[in-house]
Amino acid sequence: MIALRDVTKTFGARVAVDHVSLALEPGTTRILLGSSGSGKSTILRLVLGLLAPDTGEILVDDVVVSRGTRRDALRRMGYVVQEGALYPHMTAAENATLAARAEGWARARMAARLAGLAELVGLERSLLDHYPAELSGGQRQRTGLIRALMLDPPVLLLDEPLGALDPISRAELQTELLRVFHELRKSVLLVTHDVREAFVFGTTITLLNEGRVVQEGTFADLARRPADPYVAQFLRAQAPPAAMTATL
Amino acid sequence: MLVVAAATLARTADGDATPVRVGSKSFTESYLIAEIVARIAEQVGEAPVERRFGLGGTGMVYGALAGGEIDLYPEYTGTISRAILKDSSVTTVPALRARIRPRGLIISDPLGFANTYALAVRRDTAARLGLRRISDLDRHPGLTAAFDPGFLDRDDGWPGLQHHYGLRLAAVRGMEHALTYPALISGRVDVIDVFSTDGQLARTDLVVLTDDRRFFPDYAAVLLARASLAARLPRTWAALQQRLGGRIDNATMARLNAEVELDRRTFAQAASAFLGEREAADAGPARRRLGRDLATLTVEHLVLVAASLAVAIAVGLPLGLLAARHRFLGQLELMGIGVLQTVPALALLAFMIPLFGIGRVPALVALCLYALLPIVRNTYAGVSSLDRQLLDMAAVMGLSGRQRLAWIELPLAAVTIMAGIKTAAVLTVGTATLAAFIGGGGYGTLIVTGLALNDVPTILAGAIPAALMALAIHVAFEALDRLVVPRPLRGSPGRAR
Repeated sequence: MIALRDVTKTFGARVAVDHVSLALEPGTTRILLGSSGSGKSTILRLVLGLLAPDTGEILVDDVVVSRGTRRDALRRMGYVVQEGALYPHMTAAENATLAARAEGWARARMAARLAGLAELVGLERSLLDHYPAELSGGQRQRTGLIRALMLDPPVLLLDEPLGALDPISRAELQTELLRVFHELRKSVLLVTHDVREAFVFGTTITLLNEGRVVQEGTFADLARRPADPYVAQFLRAQAPPAAMTATL
Repeated sequence: MLVVAAATLARTADGDATPVRVGSKSFTESYLIAEIVARIAEQVGEAPVERRFGLGGTGMVYGALAGGEIDLYPEYTGTISRAILKDSSVTTVPALRARIRPRGLIISDPLGFANTYALAVRRDTAARLGLRRISDLDRHPGLTAAFDPGFLDRDDGWPGLQHHYGLRLAAVRGMEHALTYPALISGRVDVIDVFSTDGQLARTDLVVLTDDRRFFPDYAAVLLARASLAARLPRTWAALQQRLGGRIDNATMARLNAEVELDRRTFAQAASAFLGEREAADAGPARRRLGRDLATLTVEHLVLVAASLAVAIAVGLPLGLLAARHRFLGQLELMGIGVLQTVPALALLAFMIPLFGIGRVPALVALCLYALLPIVRNTYAGVSSLDRQLLDMAAVMGLSGRQRLAWIELPLAAVTIMAGIKTAAVLTVGTATLAAFIGGGGYGTLIVTGLALNDVPTILAGAIPAALMALAIHVAFEALDRLVVPRPLRGSPGRAR
C-alpha cells in the first residue's frame, strides 16, 4: 500500500534518510522508532510529499508519488502531529472540517461526520465550539485526530501523537487510538521515540539510527535478537529498573 | 462627515460654467495679488472663481499654468525672461509677449510695482550726504553695509553691482535679511539691500536709492495668463487690465505686504481694503468662513488619506504576498520600495508634476507610494513568518492556493498586516499635509499659508486638526481590528496564546 524504495534525503551535508526501504501493508500498524535526528519524521514528510527524495522512490498504492500524483496520494492519508498543529483562529469544529470544506462538502454531511468522529475519539460535542487555546492537550490531539479522519483516508500517519501530553492523558489517548485503529482497520505509520509506545502500538517496528534502518521486526525480535549493539542499547536505555517493575 | 464629503464632491462636480482658476506662489505678495485678482473676477461675475493659491515656486506654478491647471497667476517680468524663457536678453513687456505667445500664454500690462533688489539708507544719512542714486555712493566709500548672504553671492547682487558702478565700500558684511532692517535703523550700518516692496519699507523712514545706471534686472509685476482666458472671459480679462494696470506702485505694494506680515491682517482683509470694499471690519463673516473652510479642508484631507490608503492596500497586499512567495524577487521589490521611501516627500511631489500636473491626482499618487512600504513590508513579514507546520498541514489537507490564502495565511498574518496598514494610515495623515504644495488641498493649505506668512496660529490651525485626525484614525483602526483579526489572535492581556 505504501512503500519506500531505497530512499535518500539530505539536508546540506547531513544525510537525514539514508537508503531506506520499507513497506506498510493494508490494515497493519508499523512503528518508526528512533531518537531525535534518526530520520523518522523526515520519512513521514517524504511520504506526504512535503519533501522530495534525492534518490529512490515512494509508492502509494503502487503509484510513484510525484508532483502530478501527489494530490491523489494525499487523499489516501491523514496526518497527526505532536502539538496538533491546529489553526489558532479556528474552532475545533472548523479545524476538524477543514479538508471537507476544501472538498466542498454539504453542511449537513459535515455535521454528521463530525458528530460521529467526535464520539469515536471521545471528544465532548460541546468542546467543538472552543478555540484550540481553550482546549487541553488531550482534547487538542483528539481534534487533530478527527481532522485526520475527516475524509476517511485508508492510511494514518502519526508523528509523536502523544509526545506533548501528561502521563494520564497519554495513557487515555493511547487506549483510544488503539481502539480506533482496530475499529477502522486503518493502515498506520506511527513515529515515536518511546519504546513502550512502540511496544503497545506496534506489530512491526522499524528502528532507525542516523537515517538508516538498524533492525525491523516485532518487539520480541528486537529484544531477543538485536541485530546490532545499538538496538540493545536503545531498548535498555528506556527500560524501567527491575526493582521498580517488581514493586508495581 | 460622509454627508459633508458627498456635498463637497457634488459641489466640485457640478457648475458647468468653467471657473476662472487663479493661482499664486507661496509668498505674501503673490497671495495678495492673486486674492485681489480673484475678487475683481468675482465682481465681474462672468464665471465662478476658484482659488488655487500657494503652489510653491515658479517651477510648480508655471507648470500648473502651462498644463492648463490654472488660468492665471501673478508673475514678474525678470522671472519670465530668466526662469521661464531662459533668455535674459528679453526684457520689455512687448518682447516678452511676442516670445510667450506661441506657448498659448499672454501677459497683462504691468501692475505698477517691481519687486527687485535695491539699496536703502536712513533718511537722515541720505539728507546729510545728499544720497539719491546708487552712483552717489561712489563719493562716500567710508559707509558700512550689511547684505543678505544671497545678495552678496549672486552675480545680479553685490559683486555685479560693485563692478557695474565701480563702487568701493569700507565695510561690507553678510547678515540675514530679517536682521538688516534693525541693524540699519539702529545705526549699526549705513546701507542694506532690500526688496523694493518689502513690508518694512512702508513702516520705516528709509530712502531707496535709484538704480540710475540700470543694473538690477526689471522684476515688474504682471499677470501671466492662458490666452484662452481672454478669449473665453473677455469682460473679466478687460476688468483686470483696467483695474490693475499701473494701479499698484511700490509704496502701495509695500503697504499691503506690511498689513499682512506686520499687522497680521488676512489676505482677504488687505485685498478688500485695497479694492475699497467694506467687509473687512466685521470679524463675523471671517470667522464663519474659517469654520466652513475647516469642514471643507477636513473632507479634502480625509479623501486624500482614504483614497491613497485604499489604493496602497489594494496594491501593497499583493506585492507583499508576492515578496513572501518569491524570495529573490521579494528582496528586489522590498529594496525598490525602500529606496522610494528615501525620496523626500516634497521632491516626490515635484516629480509628480510633469507626470500628473497639479492638484489631487499627483498628491494621491505620491501619498500611495509613501504608504506602500509599511503595508508591503508587514504583509511580507506576516505571511513569511507563519509556522511551517501549519502551512504543511494545509498542503496535506489538499487546500487550493486560494483557500490556503483566504483561510489560513491572511487570517494568521492579520495582526501584522493590520499593524502595517495602521502605520501607513497615520503616516499618510501627516504626509498629506504636504499635498497643499501642489494644490492637493487638505489641512496643508493652512500650513503652507501660515509658513508663507510666518504666522504660527495659521500653521497650528492646520497642524492641530491633522494631529487630531491621526488620533481619530488610530482609534478607528483599533476598532476595525475587531472585525478583521480573528478573536483568538487578538492580543488580550492575561490569556495565554
